Amino acid sequence: MAKDLKEKIGFFTLRLSALLVLLILFIILFDIITKGISVISWEFLSTAPRRNMTEGGIFPAIYGTFLVTIITAFVSVPLGAFGAIYLNEYAKKGWITRLIRMAIRNLAGVPSIVFGLFGVGIFVVLFDFGPSILSAGLTLALMTLPITITSSEEALKTVPRSYRDGSLALGATKWQTIKNNVLPVALPGMLTGSILGLARAAGETAPILFTGAAFFLPYLPDSIFSQFMALPYHLYILATQHHSISTVRPIAYGTALVLITLVLIVNMAAIIVRNKLRNKYKR
Amino acid sequence: MENQYKLEVKNLDFYYDKFQALNDINMKVPAKKITALIGPSGCGKSTFLRTINRMNDLIENTHLTGEVLFDGNNIYAEKVDVVELRKKIGMVFQQPNPFPKSIYDNIAYGPRMHGLKNKEKLEELVVESLKKAALFDEVKDRLDKSALSLSGGQQQRLCIARALAVKPDILLMDEPASALDPVATAKIEDLIADLKNNYSIVIVTHSMQQAARVSDNTAFFLMGELIEYDTTETIFENPSDQRTEDYITGRFG
Repeated sequence: MAKDLKEKIGFFTLRLSALLVLLILFIILFDIITKGISVISWEFLSTAPRRNMTEGGIFPAIYGTFLVTIITAFVSVPLGAFGAIYLNEYAKKGWITRLIRMAIRNLAGVPSIVFGLFGVGIFVVLFDFGPSILSAGLTLALMTLPITITSSEEALKTVPRSYRDGSLALGATKWQTIKNNVLPVALPGMLTGSILGLARAAGETAPILFTGAAFFLPYLPDSIFSQFMALPYHLYILATQHHSISTVRPIAYGTALVLITLVLIVNMAAIIVRNKLRNKYKR
Repeated sequence: MENQYKLEVKNLDFYYDKFQALNDINMKVPAKKITALIGPSGCGKSTFLRTINRMNDLIENTHLTGEVLFDGNNIYAEKVDVVELRKKIGMVFQQPNPFPKSIYDNIAYGPRMHGLKNKEKLEELVVESLKKAALFDEVKDRLDKSALSLSGGQQQRLCIARALAVKPDILLMDEPASALDPVATAKIEDLIADLKNNYSIVIVTHSMQQAARVSDNTAFFLMGELIEYDTTETIFENPSDQRTEDYITGRFG
C-alpha cells in the first residue's frame, strides 16, 4: 500500500511539472490576448503610429522586424550550416575542435545586451554601417549563431553513419557524400532549428537597442543602411519610456500580441517546412 | 599466371589506437573465386575486410603496416587515390543500407558520382545492375518507389546491385546475410554463386555452413591472426591446425 502511494505521488509530481509548462504558456497567452485583442484591427497592422504613438498602428515596427530578421537569416543560417558541417563531418578530435566547441557554448551564454554593445563597436562604428538594419541584423546573426550551429549539428548527427559509409564505399568523395547523401536527410532538421533561432532573434530588444532600432520614425526604411522601428523595441518604449504609459497600455498589449503571434507563425512554419521536406523516401 | 591473384596481402598489421587487431596477415586472394573469412566475433575478419577498400581510414586513431597489393600495386602506397580504389573494390555491409532515395536513384548513385549523366546509359546501367543482382523482376514496376519500402532481403540485393553499378573488380561482403531470414539468405547465396563468374568476392561470414556452401577458399581467423587458409574443402574436411578443427566442429567459441 505504501509502495503504491509512493508511486502515485511520484507520478503526480512528474505529471504536474510537465503540465506546468502548458499552464504558464496558457496564462501568458490568455493575459496578452485579453488585454491586447481590443486594439487589433487592419488599421493597427497597416498604418504608422500617430499622435505621439497614442493612436494609429504599428506597421513600421512589423516591417522593420521583418527586414532585420531577413538579414539575420541570410548571415546566420549559412554560417551555422557551414560551421556545423565542418564540425560534424570534417573536424578531427583535437584541441582546435574542442576550442571551437567551447567558444560556441560560451557564445550562447553571452547576455544579449553584450552582443548589442559589441554590435555598436564593430558594425556601427568600426565598419561604419551606422545604426542601421544591417548592423542590427548582423548583431542578431552573431547572437543566433550558436543556436543555428548547434541545431544544424544535431540534425547532421541524426544521419546514420551507414549512409556515409555506403556512399564512400561506392567511390564517392567526402564532399559528394555530404552533398548528396547527408545534407538532404539533415536539411529539414537544420532548417527547423535555424528558423526557431530566428524566431528567438526577432523578439530580442537588447541587441538592436544601440545598433539601429529607432524610437520613432515617420517614414519606412528605404535601404539596409536606414534606421528602423522594431516590434520588441516598440513594445519596450510603450511599456516603459512613453510619457503616458497608462494611455498606451492597450497598444502595448496589442504590439505584444502581434509579436507573439508572428513568433508562433514562424515556429509553425518551421514545423511545416520540416514535415514537407522530411525526406519523402523515408517510409 | 599474372592474373591468378587479385589481392596479395603481405605482413599486414593493424592497430586500433594501441590495440593490435591484425597480426602479420599474409594471404593471396584468387581472381574470380569466392574467398570466405571465418572466425569467432572479434577475431579481426571484418577489420581485415575493411583494410582491402581502406574503409578503416575513416576510423580515427588507427594505423597499419604491411602491404595490400591489388593487381600488383600496393593500395597503401602514398599516391593511391582512395576514391578510385573504392570504385574498383565494392563493398556490401552487414546491415542493408539503402539510401533514403528511390530504387532507381540508389543504383544510379555511384555512376552519377563518377560523372555519368547520359540518361539512356544510366537507365541501361540501372536495369543491368538490377538484373545481375536478381532483383529486376521484383522491382521493375516501381523503380521510382523508395528503396526503404523493400524487404530486408530485397534491400540487401539492392545494395549489391548498387555496388555492381560502379563496375568493381572485387566485391567485399561483410556478413551480407546475417540480418536476413533463411529464404532471403538462400537468395543472396545463389546470387553470390552467380556473381563469381565476373567478380572476385571476399565474404566475411559468421555461419560456417554458409562458408562451406558458397566459397572456394576459406581463411580462418583467430584473435587477429590468420590461422589457416586453404581450399574450403580442406578447411572443413581435413584442417591441419587443431584450432581450426575445434572451431569448425563447434568445440569452442
